[in-house]
Amino acid sequence: MTSLNLKAAFVSLLLLALFLGIWYAATLPATGSATTSAVAAEQAEYNKMMGKEAGSGKTTGFPTLGQMGATVLQQLSDPFYDNGPNDKGIAIQLGHSLMRVGMGFLLACAVAIPLGFVIGMSPLLQKAFDPFIQVLKPISPLAWMPLALYTIKDSSVSGVFVIFICSVWPMLLNTAFGVASVKREWLNVASTLQVKPLRRALRVILPAAAPTILTGMRISMGIAWLVIVAAEMLVGGTGIGYFVWNEWNNLSLTNVIFAILVIGIVGMLLDLAFARAQKWVTYVE
Amino acid sequence: MLNDGGGTVIVDSTRNPSQPWIPDPVRDDSKRGFLKVEGLSKSFVPAKPVFADVSFTLDKGEFVCIIGHSGCGKTTILNVLAGLDTATSGHVFMDGRELAGPSLERGVVFQSHALMPWLTVRKNIAFAVESRWPEWSRAEVDVHVEKFVAMVGLVAAIDKKPSQLSGGMKQRVGIARAFAILPKMLLLDEPFGALDALTRGTIQDELMAIVRQTQQTVFMITHDVDEAILLSDRILLMSNGREAPGGYLPGGIAEVVTNTLPRARTRAGLHHLPGYYELRNHIVDFLVTRAHAGDAH
Repeated sequence: MTSLNLKAAFVSLLLLALFLGIWYAATLPATGSATTSAVAAEQAEYNKMMGKEAGSGKTTGFPTLGQMGATVLQQLSDPFYDNGPNDKGIAIQLGHSLMRVGMGFLLACAVAIPLGFVIGMSPLLQKAFDPFIQVLKPISPLAWMPLALYTIKDSSVSGVFVIFICSVWPMLLNTAFGVASVKREWLNVASTLQVKPLRRALRVILPAAAPTILTGMRISMGIAWLVIVAAEMLVGGTGIGYFVWNEWNNLSLTNVIFAILVIGIVGMLLDLAFARAQKWVTYVE
Repeated sequence: MLNDGGGTVIVDSTRNPSQPWIPDPVRDDSKRGFLKVEGLSKSFVPAKPVFADVSFTLDKGEFVCIIGHSGCGKTTILNVLAGLDTATSGHVFMDGRELAGPSLERGVVFQSHALMPWLTVRKNIAFAVESRWPEWSRAEVDVHVEKFVAMVGLVAAIDKKPSQLSGGMKQRVGIARAFAILPKMLLLDEPFGALDALTRGTIQDELMAIVRQTQQTVFMITHDVDEAILLSDRILLMSNGREAPGGYLPGGIAEVVTNTLPRARTRAGLHHLPGYYELRNHIVDFLVTRAHAGDAH
């Protein structure tokens, strides 16, 4: 097993090196000296006026590995700086995004888990709620944005609302499914022991359905993290999504790439946290 | 009435209530009729009850088994007694009061052991004990739990999860959980059906020892004729309902066999007891040739 892990790590490193190698090769300055000698004097003059001086080391295309590395170092060396609304450190932007995701997600938990419990326990409500859930579930959360902005009138809260609306469905459906498929025999044990409804919900149904509920929460968190970037691009102001959009307007591709990397890593960490929680509540039958 | 050479087997039919009840000399009259089932029937399809007119009584401290083919409604009867299911008609009385819903006075051992897989053995039994005596302190609950875990010989496994236990051990926990709430009566739904023969034998002996010691009243479903003969004082033989030329005949209790083998019997010595084979043959014959409603007696 460990030897397999070692081999896998080695192959991963190889892939990374290959990727970086391709990046490096693709962004090499395009045979500069050969072309500059060939251009006419007037052309060189024109280039100089346009800031495209020969031999200045600037490339017009994709950032090189060196530029990328410099940006990463610079961003990580001072992640908390705040130079006004359009220039904040990456940690501050991330904090804003995580705050919105956290609030929207918790709100969704508070609604979806109790409601899912009720729906899961009552076949009547299950049928009654089903058409609404089926219609509302496939709606892109961003489609709610204009409505949210109009009614809430606060862009930051609208962002939270969008996270709420996209997190609520997987959790609701999974909770209802988990609760509805609790084994009959455990409920029978509870009834022969005359367990009161609240105690039955907390001591029998909740632990029995916990793995399914956690799966729903994990899916919700994944979606919420996808959606927050888009939502913040639309809403603006703060957050990692706004940072990406702002750096695109600055034409700072290195910062955009850096932000993409950060989004990926934070998303992975969030998912790992839920995987850990899932492991904790899973039981072997 | 079946009367074999040894005169050890007494059979009476509930279909013929005029037949005199032959009292067991060990039982005294105050314990009579602890559980009374009167005219029970259950139909899933209207006018075609699975069983109808099922009446029997259990005395206090009596061990009664019910045998019948699949689909005859044994489990339904047990579920009605447990309060988990309702009969289409008929009544059940325990201690003179009519049953309404499940109760802590009746402990149930389920065929599939029904332990909560996320709880350890200790916590599974504690869950039942806390349900019975919510006012008890943790220490009191713990002492009680440990006593019943010791009773089924699982002290070493008390802090293990059910998934770490063998099938036999799980069923022992199920039995301990049912006994731990000190019910007035135990209902066992084919508790050893999923166990291998060796384990089954051991647990049967254990169960019998515990029942004898606690004077527990037990109603048990089984498919195993030897198990019924070993454990029970009386055996109810159930017939399946069927379509007869003259119309549908519901199933029901076709016969009640009283087990007159000495109460102090063991799995190992059972087949040496006089009268054992007559009793066994009688039940097997019933299951093979007469287990359908309307079959000639």
